[in-house]
Amino acid sequence: MKQQLEVIRKSALEAIAHCAAGEELEALRVKYLGKKGELTAVLKQMGKLSPEERPLMGQVANEVRSALESAIDTARERLAAAKLEQQLQDEAVDVTIPGKPLRIGHKHPMSLALDEIKDIFVGMGFTILDGPEVELSYYNFDRLNAEEGHPSRDWSDTFYFDEDSRVMLRSQTSPMQIHAMDTMKPPIRILAPGRVYRKDEVDATHSPMFHQVEGMVIDQGVTMADLKGTLNTVIEKLYGKGTVTRFRPHHFPFTEPSCEMDIQCHKCGGKGCPTCKGEGWIEVLGAGMVHPKVLEMSGIDPEVYSGWAFGMGLERMAMGRFKIADLRLIFENDVRFLEQF
Amino acid sequence: MDLSRKWLNEFVSVDANDKDFSEAMTLSGSKVEITEDLGAEISNVVVGQLLSMERHPDSDHMWVCQVDVGQAEPVQIVTGAWNIHPGDLFPVALHKSTLPGGVKITKGKLRGIVSNGMFCGLAELGLDTRDFPYGAITAAAILGDYKPLNAEKPSIPADIRPGDPVFGPVVAAKVLECSTMSYGRYHTCLDLGDATAAPDTDCRNLHEGDLVAYNTKTDTICTLSDLHAQQAEFPHCIPDGIFVLNEEGIRPGDDIKPIIGLDDHVVEFEITPNRPDCLSMIGLAREASATFGLPLHLHEPVVKGGGEGSLCELLDVETPADDLCHRYTARMVRNVKIGPSPKWMRERLRAMGVRPINNIVDITNYVMLEYGQPMHAFDYRYVKGGKIIVRRAVAGEELTTLDGVVRKLTANHLVIADEHRAVGLAGIMGGENSEIAEDTVDVVFESANFDGTCIRKGALALGMRTEASGKFEKGLDPMNTLPAVNRACELVELLGAGEVLDGTIDILNFVPQPTVLELRPDKINALLGTDVSTEEMQEILRRLGFGVEGETITVPSWRGDVVHYSDLAEEVARFHGYNKIPCTLVRGETTQGGYSDVQLLEQQLGSVCRSAGCDEIITYSFISPACYDKIRWAADDRRRKSLKILNPLGEDTSIMRTTTLPSMLEILSRNDHFRNKSARLYEIGRIYLSGREDGLADERKVLTLGAYGEDMDFFALKGLVHAVLQELRAENVRYEACTDNPSYHPGRCAYVYAGETLVGVLGQIHPLTAGSYDVDTPLYCAELSLERLMAVKGADPTYTPLPKFPAVTRDIAVVCDKAVTVGALEACIRRGAKGLLKDVVLFDIYEGVGIPQGQKSVAFNLTLRDDERSITSEEADEDIQSILQLLKEELGAVLR
Repeated sequence: MKQQLEVIRKSALEAIAHCAAGEELEALRVKYLGKKGELTAVLKQMGKLSPEERPLMGQVANEVRSALESAIDTARERLAAAKLEQQLQDEAVDVTIPGKPLRIGHKHPMSLALDEIKDIFVGMGFTILDGPEVELSYYNFDRLNAEEGHPSRDWSDTFYFDEDSRVMLRSQTSPMQIHAMDTMKPPIRILAPGRVYRKDEVDATHSPMFHQVEGMVIDQGVTMADLKGTLNTVIEKLYGKGTVTRFRPHHFPFTEPSCEMDIQCHKCGGKGCPTCKGEGWIEVLGAGMVHPKVLEMSGIDPEVYSGWAFGMGLERMAMGRFKIADLRLIFENDVRFLEQF
Repeated sequence: MDLSRKWLNEFVSVDANDKDFSEAMTLSGSKVEITEDLGAEISNVVVGQLLSMERHPDSDHMWVCQVDVGQAEPVQIVTGAWNIHPGDLFPVALHKSTLPGGVKITKGKLRGIVSNGMFCGLAELGLDTRDFPYGAITAAAILGDYKPLNAEKPSIPADIRPGDPVFGPVVAAKVLECSTMSYGRYHTCLDLGDATAAPDTDCRNLHEGDLVAYNTKTDTICTLSDLHAQQAEFPHCIPDGIFVLNEEGIRPGDDIKPIIGLDDHVVEFEITPNRPDCLSMIGLAREASATFGLPLHLHEPVVKGGGEGSLCELLDVETPADDLCHRYTARMVRNVKIGPSPKWMRERLRAMGVRPINNIVDITNYVMLEYGQPMHAFDYRYVKGGKIIVRRAVAGEELTTLDGVVRKLTANHLVIADEHRAVGLAGIMGGENSEIAEDTVDVVFESANFDGTCIRKGALALGMRTEASGKFEKGLDPMNTLPAVNRACELVELLGAGEVLDGTIDILNFVPQPTVLELRPDKINALLGTDVSTEEMQEILRRLGFGVEGETITVPSWRGDVVHYSDLAEEVARFHGYNKIPCTLVRGETTQGGYSDVQLLEQQLGSVCRSAGCDEIITYSFISPACYDKIRWAADDRRRKSLKILNPLGEDTSIMRTTTLPSMLEILSRNDHFRNKSARLYEIGRIYLSGREDGLADERKVLTLGAYGEDMDFFALKGLVHAVLQELRAENVRYEACTDNPSYHPGRCAYVYAGETLVGVLGQIHPLTAGSYDVDTPLYCAELSLERLMAVKGADPTYTPLPKFPAVTRDIAVVCDKAVTVGALEACIRRGAKGLLKDVVLFDIYEGVGIPQGQKSVAFNLTLRDDERSITSEEADEDIQSILQLLKEELGAVLR
C-alpha cells in the first residue's frame, strides 16, 4: 500500500509539474484527490490494514495528500501568473498613437502679457483700475496739462464725437491718473490698463485701437529714484534678471521731469542690429514725475505730495516678447495664431 | 532735425565719434535717431590730373588717358567721356574703389586696352548740378556722332567735309586745336575748308579732329539746340560727363571727399515739441556744449550796411493782426546779384537736408538752420506801395503759394500783404507773386514771430505743413528775429550778393519779460531723490544760458518751456545724468492692492472659457453702421443708435458698437475663410450705448462666445454656456426658446435666465446672417451680459454632507406629444416626486417605429434617496407612481 501511495505521489507530482493549463490542473486534482480519485481509492483500502499499520499508513497518506495539494497550489499560481503575463502582452498598445484630443483654450498674447504685468503690480500694492474709453477731452487733455492747441488734440490725431471736441475716444490711458486723483486719497498706487485710440492707419506697426498700461504712485516723499527703482524691478521681472536699462530725458505735458526707459537690445547686447534699428536699445515706456500743475488741478498740494507715473504700449511689449512681427496679427484672431500662446 | 557735425564744430569742437556723440546727446535729452557718414560709400576716389589723351584704336568715342593720381607713375584709364582736356583735374575712382549705390570699380580691359579705374561725373558721386552749378556741361554737336533719325533722309550727309554748308550760315568745320583758356572756357582753331576761324566757346566736348557745326554769322560753335537737333541724333553729345573740378589748392592724389563736402557726418535728432530752440544749429550746439562741458562759440552778426536809400522811405510795415504777430523784423537789400551761393554754404545746406537754390534763398534757409528762425525773402518790386501789412485773410481770399498751388484762405489765416493783395502766407509759405527770381534787384528779408496755434491751424487747414510752420507752431523765441535778420544781411555782404540798407524795421507787439524762478535746491533733490550740490545745479543752468544769481534764475528767452521749479529739476537731472539718479523702491505706507470684483469675474470667466476649449480674441470697439444690417437688425431697431465718430479713419470704423455680435461673426467668418476647420472663441469686450446726458457712452462689458465646426451644435454651445453659469454657481438656470431675435435661427435660439434675471442669449446664427458674412457652415454664438453674470453669481460654496445611505435608481420612458418639451417633462417629474427624488437625467429621446405619429418617447434616469435612512423599493415606487401620475395629468405623458 505504501508502494501504491509512492507511485501515486510520483506520477501525480510529475503530471502537476508538467501541467500547462488551468483545466488540466483541475482534471489532475479530480483524478488524484477527487472523491473518486486515485488517492481516495487507496485510502478506502485503509480498512483492510491492521490497527498497527493504520496510523503509519495514515501518516504516509496525509503526507502524499498535502504534497499533492501544495503542488497543485503552486501550479495554480504559476499558471495564473503565466496567464496574466500573456494577457498583459496581448493588451500592449502602440504608445505612439496620438492621445484623445482634449482642447484647452488659449489666452490672447495681449492678455498673457498684461496679466503678467498686472500680477507684478498687484504684488507691490497697486490697485487695478478700469475706466471709460469714451472720454471727455477735459480728462484726456486739459487736466493733463495738454492745453488748447496741443498737436495731439488735432482732429487728424484723435477721434471725436462732437464738433466742440469735447467727447472723444481716449488717446491714452493717462486720464485714469486724473480719475484716480479725483476719487482716491493719497497714498495712491494704481495700474490702469486698457484700450486707447488714435487716428493711425492700419499697418504692421500701427492700429487705430491699441492698448496701454498706465501706472501712478502718489504719496509724500515720492522721488524720481523711486520711479527708477520700481520700474527697474518690474522690467527685470518681465524681461528677465540682469536686463540692462537706461533712462533718457523726454517730454510729456503731464510729467516733469519726464523720461523714456530703454532696455538693452536682447538680440545684439547693445551693439546695434536690425531689431533695435542699430541703436542697441529698445524703448519700453515713458514715465516721469507727476507735474505739479496736474497735482494742483486735482486738489493735491505739490508742496506736500509728489508722485510718479508711467505709460507703456502693450502691443509693442507683447510683440517683442513673443516675436510677433506684424501688429495686424493681434487683431486678426486667426485660430492658428491664437493656438500658439 | 539733421545736424552737420562739421558745421557744429564751428560752435563747439566735439571730437567724439558718432556713436559716443549720439549716446551722450541722447542721454542729455536730445534723442539721436540715426547717424550718417555722408561719404561712407565712397572710398579710394582721388583727384586726378589728365596728362594726355589719345583716341582708342578700336572705338570712335573712347579715349585712352594717362592720368596723374599722385602716384610715382601715371595710370592709364580708358574713358568714353568727351569733356576733358589735358590739365583738367577731376575725381578718379582707382582700382578697388567704391562709389554710392554699392558700385565697385576694379581694373579691366575696354576693347582690349587696360583701364585702371574710372573718371567720375557728379551723378557717380551722388551729386547733381545743384550741388556744383559750375559742373553743368554745355556740349557741342559733334557731326561725327550724328545718327540720322531716318536713315533714308539724313539731315547731315555722312560724307560732309569742312566748309560744306549745314544750313543757313552754319557750315561744317574741323577742330584743328582746342585749348583751355580758363575753367570751362576754350579757345579753338577751326578748319572751314577754304578758311579758318578761331572762336572761343563754352562747349566742353571738343578735341582736335572733331567735326563740328560752325555758325559763320555769330562766330560760334553750335550746340544741339542751336541745330534744333534731338538728343537721339547725337547720342554721345550729352550735357553730362566728367565732373571737372574748379577748386582752389587741390592736387593730384588728394582724397575727393573733403573737396566735395562728403567728409561730413550727419546726425538726425528727434526733438520733442517743447524744445523748438533745438530745431537749430545754435540750439543743438548749446546742448552739445552743456553735454560735453565744452565752450560754446557764438557769433554776433555784424552788418556793414550803407546801401543806397532810406529804409523808412522805401518800406513801411503795419501789423493790424497784432495778436497773431508778436514781432515783425525786416531789413532790405538792394542791387542784389542772384547767383549760386558758395560751396561751403551749399555743402552745409545739403548736409542738413536742404537743396541749394540761389544765394538769396540759400541765405534764408541757412539762417533758419543756424538760428532756428524761419526767414522769408520778398522781391521788393512786388510789394506794391512799399507797404507790408500783416493781417488776417479775408474769407475766400486766394493766394498762389511758392509751390504753385492756389490756396483758398479763411479768416483764420494770417497773411503778409501789400496794399492790394496777399504776397505770402505768414509763417507757412511765400507767395508766387513775390518770389525771388533771376532778375530780382531789391529784396526784403522778413524775420517775424507769429502765433504758433494760428500757424498750426492754418497749415493744417490747408494740408501743407512746411519747415517754417513746423517751427512756428511750437512757439519760437521772439527775441531771435533781430539777430537772425542781421545774420542774413551779414551773409549777403559776405557773399557779395547785394547792398544792405542801414536800419531795421522792428515791430514788437509784446512786452519782453524774462521768466525768473527760484532755484530751491532742496526741493529739486527731494523730487529727484538725489544729493546734487547747489553749485552743480548752478553750473548746469549757467552752461545752458540761464542767468544765475544765487538762487535767482533768469530763464533765457529761447526756453519758453521752463516756467516752474520742476522744469529746473529736469534741467539739473538731464545734465547731472538720469542714470546717476539712484534706484530706490516705493517707500511709505503700504497699500492693499488688488483686483476689483468685476476684474476677478473677468478672470474667472476667461479661465472657464479656456478650460472649455475657447481661445480668447480681441476685436475693435468700432464697427461699420452696415454691420447692423448684416446681423439683420430692423431698420428702426433702437439698438442701432450708436455713438458716431465725426472724424473716423473710414466707414468701417466709424461708430461705437452697441453689440459685440458683428465683431465675433467677423472673426468666425475670417477663420472659416482661412479654412480653419473649427473655432471656439470668446471675448470679454465692451459695448458702448448712447443716450447719456453728458454725451459719454454707457460702457458695458459682454462675454461673447462664438464657435463653428466639428462637435459644435446648439447643445454643445448650450453646454458651454451652462458650464459658465455653473462655474459662477448661478442658481435656477433655465433656458427659454427665443424665436424673435433676427440674428439667430428662430428655432435654435434661447434666452438664458438665472432665476428671474435674463443673462443673455445663445443659439445658432441665422443662415441669412451667416450668409451676409459669406459663411455657409453653421455658426454658434452667445452674448452674456457681464453685469448680469455678476448679479447672478452664487454665494461662496458651503459643504453638503455626502450621502450615507444608498440610492435607488429607476429608468422611466414616457410617451407624449412631440410638442412637449424636455424642460416641461423634467419640471413635472420634479414636482411630482414626494421628496425622495434627488436627480433627473435625460438619457433618450425616440421617435419612429412603435411610437404613434406626432408623439415621442422620452427616457429619464431617476435617482431617489433619503439622507437619513435607507429607502425600500416600495417607497421608491410610491414616488415613481406619483411622478407618473402627474406626468399623465399635466402633460398627457404615459409610461411606455
